[in-house]
Amino acid sequence: MQLTQDFLRTKKLPHIWCPGCGNGIVTAALVRAIERAGYDQREVVIVSGIGCSSRAAGYLNFNTLHTTHGRALAFATGLKMARPELTLFVIMGDGDCSAIGGNHFIHSARRNIDLNAIVVNNHIYGMTGGQHSPLTPTGMKATTAPGGTLERAFDLLELAKGAGATFGARGNAAQPRQLEQLITRAAKHKGFSVVEALSPCPIAYGRRNKLGGAVEMLKGMKESSVAVERAAEMDEADLEGKTLNGVLFSNDAPEFSSEYHRMIKKDQG
Amino acid sequence: MAETKPVLMQGNEACAMGAISAGVRFYAGYPITPSTEVAEIMAAKLPEIGGVFIQMEDEIASMAAVIGASIGGMRTLTATSGPGFSLKQENLGYAIMAEIPCVVVNVQRMGPSTGVPTAPAQGDVMQARWGTHGDHPIIVFSPSSVYETYYLTIAAVNLSQKLRQPVIMLLDEVIGHMREKVFIPEAGKLLVEKSSDQIPSDWKPYDEKGLTPLVPFGFGHYYHVTGLFHDQYGFPTGDPPHVERALDRLHAKLEKYRDEIVLTNYIGHKEPRVAIVAYGCTVRSARSVVKKAYWQDRLPVGLLSLQTIWPFPAREIEALAKQADVIIVPEMNMGQLVGEVERYVCGQAKVVPLNRYDGEMITPDQISELIGRWLS
Repeated sequence: MQLTQDFLRTKKLPHIWCPGCGNGIVTAALVRAIERAGYDQREVVIVSGIGCSSRAAGYLNFNTLHTTHGRALAFATGLKMARPELTLFVIMGDGDCSAIGGNHFIHSARRNIDLNAIVVNNHIYGMTGGQHSPLTPTGMKATTAPGGTLERAFDLLELAKGAGATFGARGNAAQPRQLEQLITRAAKHKGFSVVEALSPCPIAYGRRNKLGGAVEMLKGMKESSVAVERAAEMDEADLEGKTLNGVLFSNDAPEFSSEYHRMIKKDQG
Repeated sequence: MAETKPVLMQGNEACAMGAISAGVRFYAGYPITPSTEVAEIMAAKLPEIGGVFIQMEDEIASMAAVIGASIGGMRTLTATSGPGFSLKQENLGYAIMAEIPCVVVNVQRMGPSTGVPTAPAQGDVMQARWGTHGDHPIIVFSPSSVYETYYLTIAAVNLSQKLRQPVIMLLDEVIGHMREKVFIPEAGKLLVEKSSDQIPSDWKPYDEKGLTPLVPFGFGHYYHVTGLFHDQYGFPTGDPPHVERALDRLHAKLEKYRDEIVLTNYIGHKEPRVAIVAYGCTVRSARSVVKKAYWQDRLPVGLLSLQTIWPFPAREIEALAKQADVIIVPEMNMGQLVGEVERYVCGQAKVVPLNRYDGEMITPDQISELIGRWLS
């Protein structure tokens, strides 16, 4: 499908991302998903945090809100409560969302507020030059973990689910069609939705960890991913080292902004 | 303005009710002593009038949510105290940079750190001015009564909307928790700044020519909002002349509307030998001293009370320094605004600080004793 130019600020291109970065693929998947879902341009808002992937907001032709580090979901919560009719996509990086923004992430999930969190996970802080994040796998190297990090990584979607999110999906930059479909489904889901988009950072992560260039990283991503439906038929040994992708969970629960506005109407009589 | 209906109110309540009168319909906050009543009143009142109250997960999120709701077109308020105000600073700077209106209430308590949560202090004067990083402009009101709290909150909301600039209401525990009479105007009698629904066709969010109204998200004007230095369309720029111009723009709007922002009040002798410069709850002690010394005893004393402490009322201080021989600056801190007073007095009068930082108010006796010493 051709990318809709209307949804891009083509004058702001070229983007700031490095060669081989997956942010462009994820951003394109988001734009296609918005188009496929049939949203009116004026009802869509893109909110983002701070980091490489969060710069996507500047290239998208909607009302765009580039916030402070880690706080994108908190800004988005205020906006959604003020204007529940708007559809919000919140783009965050792995560090932005799960480290400095971890508190807002679990509380957005707990409230089950209708926001669509797109977490671009490249396992590293890219903009600051390659520091480890809470999503860097144990043993992987970073400038702040030169011998490999001893810390354990979050499973972001398990975290979201445990905190109360009602939709969680994982896709990757190597399979953009699927990613687009996952984002579309997240957008259509009423409640807090999380799409974890695995994305290569050959410059700050791949190079230091000898994962090869962009092509090798994308290939590795594709090979290690297993669809949830197929995983159900596989045994534990086969699943060793694999990453599940697809919709990991989707369930219904009361959504906060609509519940709140229903209460207001009742209070006003 | 017709003032009817005297109501007994707490300072924090006056702040909440003033905000509602001025059209605030969104509150996000986190519980903290001694400001919690503001949140509790908002939680009770806002849903009844179609507004939104949300208790956020922390102080940082509260500030963020308020900014988000403002971008959605709502008038917003959040309230906190010193420790929470520290946490709000980064996003406060964002609101200044992105020119998003909001009102932040800080009911000061004794610090530093957790300090004495229930004791009054005026220790956040400099934090209110310089708490967020970078050379930013800020507006800070410091009411000295419940009545002033009500009206200054309304003024804060109005100015914030008009200038697209955050305004700080710097209360203290005394003002926040005391009860006093307030005259609430009849419905429709308040001066509330109306948002413009006339959007010029060449509207730019950060027009180089000057202030433009904020067009909320969701109405088909696709602009970008960022904490990065930005051009007149909101897009990031690091180009030195653009950066300088953008920072000048933030300061210029406060300079332009200076007379609407800077509010002070003088009582007492026209050519005082000893003058007091005070703000917040300290004004109360100073006023009772000056009333007696001037109106009763006809002594050459006066009181300049500052409802606005930032931008600093430099002109008013310069004018006072030409009249007075001695300027006493009572503050419930170790001396914060006194430095600014000295800067503008510039040696033309003797500046005498009077500081108290044990969690108690400065008493009228302390002030009159000091006045007596300088008069004799």
